[in-house]
Amino acid sequence: MNTMSTPSTDTRRLFDVHRGEAAPRIAPDRSVPPAATLKKWLRDMMLIREFEVRCMQAYQDKKIGGFCHVYIGQEAVAVGCVAAMKHEDPLVTAYRDHGHALARGMSARACMAEMFGRVDGCAKGKGGSMHMFDKPNNMFGGHGIVGAQTPLGLGLAFATKYEDEVMRGGKNTRVTLCFLGDGALNQGALHEAMNLAGLMNIPVVFVVENNGYSMGTSIHRGTTMAHDLKSKAIGYGIDAAVVEGMDVLETYHGMKAVIDDARARSRPWFIDLRCYRYKGHSMSDPRKYRTRDEEEAWEAGDPIGTLESFMLEKGMITADESKEMLKGVKAEVRDCVAFADASPVPADGELYTDVYMEPWGPYPGSSKPSMMGGGENTPSFRAIERSEDLL
Amino acid sequence: MSALREIEYRDALREAMAEEMRRDKRVFLLGEEVAEYNGAYKVSKGMLEEFGASRIIDTPISESGFAGMAIGAAMQGLRPIVEFMSWSFSLVAADPILNNAPKMLYMSGGQFGCPIVFRGNDGAGGQLGSTHSWCVEGMYSNVPGLKMAIPSTPDDAKGLLKTAIRDDDPVFFLESERMLGMKGHVPEGDEILVPFGKARTRREGTDCTIATWGRPVHFALEAAEALAKDGISCEVIDMRTIRPLDVGSVVRSVKKTSTCVVVDQSWSFGSPGSELASQVHRHCFDDLDNYVHRVHTADVPAPYAFNLEQEYLPNARKICEAVRAATYNA
Ligand SMILES: Cc1ncc(C[n+]2csc(CCOP(=O)(O)OP(=O)(O)O)c2C)c(N)n1
Ligand SMILES: [Mg+2]
Repeated sequence: MNTMSTPSTDTRRLFDVHRGEAAPRIAPDRSVPPAATLKKWLRDMMLIREFEVRCMQAYQDKKIGGFCHVYIGQEAVAVGCVAAMKHEDPLVTAYRDHGHALARGMSARACMAEMFGRVDGCAKGKGGSMHMFDKPNNMFGGHGIVGAQTPLGLGLAFATKYEDEVMRGGKNTRVTLCFLGDGALNQGALHEAMNLAGLMNIPVVFVVENNGYSMGTSIHRGTTMAHDLKSKAIGYGIDAAVVEGMDVLETYHGMKAVIDDARARSRPWFIDLRCYRYKGHSMSDPRKYRTRDEEEAWEAGDPIGTLESFMLEKGMITADESKEMLKGVKAEVRDCVAFADASPVPADGELYTDVYMEPWGPYPGSSKPSMMGGGENTPSFRAIERSEDLL
Repeated sequence: MSALREIEYRDALREAMAEEMRRDKRVFLLGEEVAEYNGAYKVSKGMLEEFGASRIIDTPISESGFAGMAIGAAMQGLRPIVEFMSWSFSLVAADPILNNAPKMLYMSGGQFGCPIVFRGNDGAGGQLGSTHSWCVEGMYSNVPGLKMAIPSTPDDAKGLLKTAIRDDDPVFFLESERMLGMKGHVPEGDEILVPFGKARTRREGTDCTIATWGRPVHFALEAAEALAKDGISCEVIDMRTIRPLDVGSVVRSVKKTSTCVVVDQSWSFGSPGSELASQVHRHCFDDLDNYVHRVHTADVPAPYAFNLEQEYLPNARKICEAVRAATYNA
């Protein structure tokens, strides 16, 4: 006898448990985009590289503080992935985030001013290098704790699906790209996020920027199945693929197919994106854990050089045009450094703003509270120091 | 007699670990980049060579996993030292380190102890921003069952760490990236074993007691020096451990000075600073000429911008202001 209650006619929940239907095999469309598109990609990659070179200089000059992780070598990843996304698709990443911010459309000025800790930075100088946020461009941050962004990426995708399907009663239209380093493969947060994504049909793409190292730990010393990362996702019922990350055309084609599929089926994907970081982990890493030979081998397949040669060969750009392009990029980056340098430091009172949307009661402003006794403009969330203020 | 040997704070930490590992095979070190990279901050430099990969263990970025693993190993009788590259990263291991280690003895009715040391950099490191600048003493010292040491000088770094490793309870050992390069005289071998729960008077004075620990000890000494020029004599007490907390040393001092400033680099709300101030109020109720003044990190997330971070942290200027206010010299 069947004691289970009869299911109602509509058994399908929107965030239903994945039923394990086979993924259609994705077949990337490899047609070459028009020259104008490739020019934009080339310029974006040049911009990121030049930006990072100047960041390293500014760090030496002590204009930039804290930790600074540059993206040199990985430019094709951000540019190729962003090209495969729609503007309304959310993007979230880790702390090596300047490239994603620029590819997403943040102005070099706002990005550099943030690095300098100035008011014109994308976060008014409060976030710094590891925390690039840009709401108009759907850039939901760089995040400093390894793996922290992976459940957040899941949540962004949950929300876009919820908006589309529950609030608008339509079909899922957006996909979230959640970038992570190969080191983050070893954080529990990612595994919980992958299980949830697989379980609930969440359209999030976990893009592992597999540059082979987390700090001084090669991926083979840090994680199991390093030769086949896809296997990590398969157990969660998530479709997985390897995508080339040193050739922006390949990155674009692969990611386009993946993102289109995630969008159409509202399903997660896991991508092992092969790339290499040319520089050290941060500004103070002598890179003793790898050989110069290895570095040179990767540098020989440089993403900027690869695209440039391809375009020259196909007659999509001339050598002169490319030179002009680089000149323009250099000027833009020089300008952003000068802009950042001229931008004022945040007023001391900024320390106390943006803590709450609405502190206890109406927000009283942002002037610097005096040390011991408060003061007229003391924001109300500050501990009350004067007993009279309690009466 | 040879001249007093001076070494860096980071070397003192290494000496403590190496000496304890030589005398006790149950002791081992694990954490990110501790072995082949010689430690992200070179604290464990050379230890892989001496002790081998079975006792100096590189881990992936899996704090929850390896901290929990070490706690299990401690329950079985080993004595792990867990290095967090920064205490900020221990937050992803909050359940094992707060919910397991300090409670194991109690919830097993005394059957299973947890002789383990968690150590790493604590406090703002210099523009590291909101997620990387934690002063975990504020939050973690709330938990019974754990001990907490915060050394402010190389000799204490060694002496307290050796004690921590020999201790049978979980010890949270809070170092500071900003002090790793600080030099000082450090005795060799077992000459130095600093007991927990004994504060150290860093400077004697008669007008105001400044009680603090960790890096702010140096700000307090700087403030005391400046105030002495204006005829205000401060006694600076370095608490050294937060659990146990040597309230007695502060009370004895306050009975002499009648005023007290507590300096704590964690947030003020529910902090070791608020605990100490409350105890001083209770035990020195009739001796105090003023309420206990406190200097803390501002009650906001850590900012990145240099000037905002300066404004955010305790410093000598803020301590001077607090002492002047407490002693009616404002
Ligand atoms: C939870 C946590 N543990 C440790 C760190 C310190 N840390 C910052 S980056 C990093 C290496 C990460 O490598 P990977 O994920 O491969 O990214 P990549 O640097 O290669 O971009 C480590 C250990 C951290 N930020 N968060
Ligand atoms: Mg990596």
